[in-house]
Amino acid sequence: MIAWTIYVTFAGAIVLLVLPRGFARWIALVTAIAGFAIGVATFCQHDVDLAHFNTVVRVPWVPALGMNYHLALDGISLTLVLVTGIAAISSVLFSWDVTDRANEFFFWLLLVVGGSYGVFLSADLFLLFLFYELVIVPKYFLIAIFGSTNKEYGAMKLTLYSFFGGALVFLGIIAIYVTGGSLDLNQLAQFQFTPQLQSWAFPILFLGFAVLAGIWPLHTWAPTGHVAAPTAGSMLLAGIVMKLGAYAGLRVAMNLFPQGFQMWRTTIAVLAVVGIVYAAAVALRQRDLKFVIGYSSVSHMGFVLLGFATANVFGVSGAVLQMFSHGVIGALLFAVAGRMIYRRTHTRELDALSGMNLSRALPFAAFTFVVASAASMGIPGFSGFAAEITILIGAWKSYPLAVWITGAGMVLVAAFTLRALKRSFFDVDLANTAAAPPEMEPITIPEKLGAGLLMFATLAVGLYPKLLLDRIQPAVEAMRFLK
Amino acid sequence: MSYLELLKLAAPEAIVVVTALAVLTVGLTSTRAKALCPIVAAIGTAVAIGAVLMLPSHANLFGGMLVISPLNSLFKIICLVLALVTVPLASSEKSLRNPGEYIAVLLLGAVGLMLLVGSEELLMIFIGLELLGLSLYVMAAFDKSDVRSAEAGLKYFLFGSTASAFTLFGISFVYGMAGTTALAAIGQKLAAGPVQPLLAVGIVMTLIGFAFKIAAAPFHLWAPDAYQGAPIPSAAFIASGSKVASFVVLGKIVLVGFAPARGSADWHAMLAGWSPVLAVLAALSILLGNFVALAQANVRRLLAYSAVAHGGYTLLGIIAGGRDGFSATLFYTSVYAVTLIGAFAVVGVVRRDTSGDDLQNFAGLASRSPFLAASMSIFLLSLAGLPPLAGFFGKFYLFSVAFRAGGNHGLLWLVALALFGSFVSLYYYLIVLKVIFVDQRSSITPQPGQSNAGAARTSDLNVSTSLDLFSRITITLLAAAVLFLGLMPQTLAARILASLP
Repeated sequence: MIAWTIYVTFAGAIVLLVLPRGFARWIALVTAIAGFAIGVATFCQHDVDLAHFNTVVRVPWVPALGMNYHLALDGISLTLVLVTGIAAISSVLFSWDVTDRANEFFFWLLLVVGGSYGVFLSADLFLLFLFYELVIVPKYFLIAIFGSTNKEYGAMKLTLYSFFGGALVFLGIIAIYVTGGSLDLNQLAQFQFTPQLQSWAFPILFLGFAVLAGIWPLHTWAPTGHVAAPTAGSMLLAGIVMKLGAYAGLRVAMNLFPQGFQMWRTTIAVLAVVGIVYAAAVALRQRDLKFVIGYSSVSHMGFVLLGFATANVFGVSGAVLQMFSHGVIGALLFAVAGRMIYRRTHTRELDALSGMNLSRALPFAAFTFVVASAASMGIPGFSGFAAEITILIGAWKSYPLAVWITGAGMVLVAAFTLRALKRSFFDVDLANTAAAPPEMEPITIPEKLGAGLLMFATLAVGLYPKLLLDRIQPAVEAMRFLK
Repeated sequence: MSYLELLKLAAPEAIVVVTALAVLTVGLTSTRAKALCPIVAAIGTAVAIGAVLMLPSHANLFGGMLVISPLNSLFKIICLVLALVTVPLASSEKSLRNPGEYIAVLLLGAVGLMLLVGSEELLMIFIGLELLGLSLYVMAAFDKSDVRSAEAGLKYFLFGSTASAFTLFGISFVYGMAGTTALAAIGQKLAAGPVQPLLAVGIVMTLIGFAFKIAAAPFHLWAPDAYQGAPIPSAAFIASGSKVASFVVLGKIVLVGFAPARGSADWHAMLAGWSPVLAVLAALSILLGNFVALAQANVRRLLAYSAVAHGGYTLLGIIAGGRDGFSATLFYTSVYAVTLIGAFAVVGVVRRDTSGDDLQNFAGLASRSPFLAASMSIFLLSLAGLPPLAGFFGKFYLFSVAFRAGGNHGLLWLVALALFGSFVSLYYYLIVLKVIFVDQRSSITPQPGQSNAGAARTSDLNVSTSLDLFSRITITLLAAAVLFLGLMPQTLAARILASLP
């Protein structure tokens, strides 16, 4: 049944192309909800074995070359399918005001969502790569046509980085296919690749995927891309697209090349820690609210990579949980900055915002941003805390030094988040306290619904992380690199 | 061997020749030649395709001069289909004053393609090359009102005739060494002894002729001018049909005829032979084609340089060799041909509407004609190798075959180079798409010195699209084919693989 997430989303995209304008956002919303509902329904079924990557669909596709249309599901995939559904619904809700070329907008948006479902469910390497690359071009159009600030530059940079990573991945996949003689991920997971091949194929493959996860120093596409993108675009980028790279790095590179992973994991840990601290430090100096959030995304994704590098159940499970958590929190932060604030004030400059007394003009936005910031800083009770603490517990076993440095980095995260929060909403101009807050269009119902959904998700997982961890951990334990 | 039997086996070629003559007659006599000629040509080509299907599966005449095998029949059909889709482009092209003559020459070119594909004997291959070449020279120079067309024709002719001279020279050396011109016999003769210097000269000379045909660097210099200056259907035919047939023949010559002189293109283990020569050609083409394409402001020139790069990728399969390698090359070149005709068809419509084919003429195409914009993005993204389009699968097939070939992944350097090249290529394809989808038409200023009749319309912002029904159907079919071959590649790939011995 879970396979229908892909079909429904692509069907919705095609319907958008042929139907007249006016219905576009409703079709997109219905499609996104349908995809999410399918994910939730699978989540609620108790007879599904989520500990192994079990086949859902398997049809011969190109028999001559051993390619199958092969989808499978385990706890890791399901977690990411859920976050994709949440990000899809909320990004549609936060694009409710798109009227210019709306069909086209939602068409590209649904292609990104559908392709992401495909990546998370693929059990055939060729199929996975097909979906992975399929996401790149819609992102380009979403940003280049509908974006703001330097949109063509940001879109091109993002696309070229993605495609550069894609070229590396392509090479790695061909190496796997030719030496392993198969494209089936489950079969390949049994295959012993020579250490010599693993030593060079693993870094190529992992780096190729990690470009999309924002690994330092190949992260620079992320802040510019996030800033240039329309609100829904940044939400999808932060919520889903960055997860594609991390997920594929785990599922393909780490799981197929365990020895290569052992050889390189310290390097990954170093890059991850540098990324966490560096991005947080850079975020502290940004003037544009979206840049702050863009760099915070890079910092949070650093935790995911650090979790991977620990190579133990805690660290990797925490990394998967962090993917979910950051997907929700990142989307929420961008929703506030891009839609709630920017659409009304037409600026994202912290200096300009600080004089506007926004907390009184837009109380709901202020509330949402406080929640999102708290979650982002890792306050207990929100999903960010649950995920990051699990990662750090895992890291303590492998790299105690990394935990110390990361701990210091988290202070920086708190610092830039609080700074952004204060400057944007709570910088009360003392000379002007009596003045009425500026007149602004009130927060609309779709915005409230979207923000509510995201806040609910981060709180639910934060208060009861077992909900997801119980499904993630068995799947992680089944992975080969842990044995 | 009676003449009747010969005629039976050569029926497809004969039908196309008769059709060409019929089209010529219709063009001269009928007052409604413009409407009738394409129809006659289309019917004739369709009948010829039927005739190919009726051929026996194996036959060999005159020591390889006319060989009928599943592979040859398959590619005769592909060449005929490529000619068939070029016909509607020609019929909607306003600048061609004598459609009858033009289409007749096109059909004669198609006969050249069929002879090339259907022969396994060097002299016959040379005759096919010449028949094809002469038709293409005329087609390139056909638009007498445009000085660029004359330039294209002349350049193509000068380079082409020089290349033919090289090929003939090379063939004579090979004949001198082997004492025969049949490919299979040459292969057996050469296997007997070591590769002699004289033979090496012959092989390199022969390859130069083909490098010219497939526009591999550094023999690509004619391509940008021919692609840009020639009438659109001519350029499309040069870029598609001619290329497909050349790759089929090149593959047969080197893999069958010159098989013993293969050498090795493995990194650190290069051995003299044709494969390092082709590897150098491929590497040069990939680098030069992609980097020069980055700087182009004219879409047709851009496609020309990208064609150089694609020629380089396609060579990878031949260098890898074997059944798989050849099949990957053939799949890629067929897909490429279909895609490129489609791209040229869209360029043709834009050129008629805006009287130019520079990048800026494409500005705002998405709002002017969403259909053309969508089709063009399918074609360009397939060329860039993005899924789920045919070019993606083609590249995967090609690169994985090349990776597998050689000892200890010796061709890895070439695969890495090709991947790097296709990464670079994404940039210029995206620039075209950016102009189509993002830029607005108001940025256009009238071009001084545009030689076309429609120059006066350039300033008019409300350009209506002149997309006629035939072009629309053709473009739709081509785009659907590119998408279909991407989603269901085995329909063609398995057929090609099965037809290879």
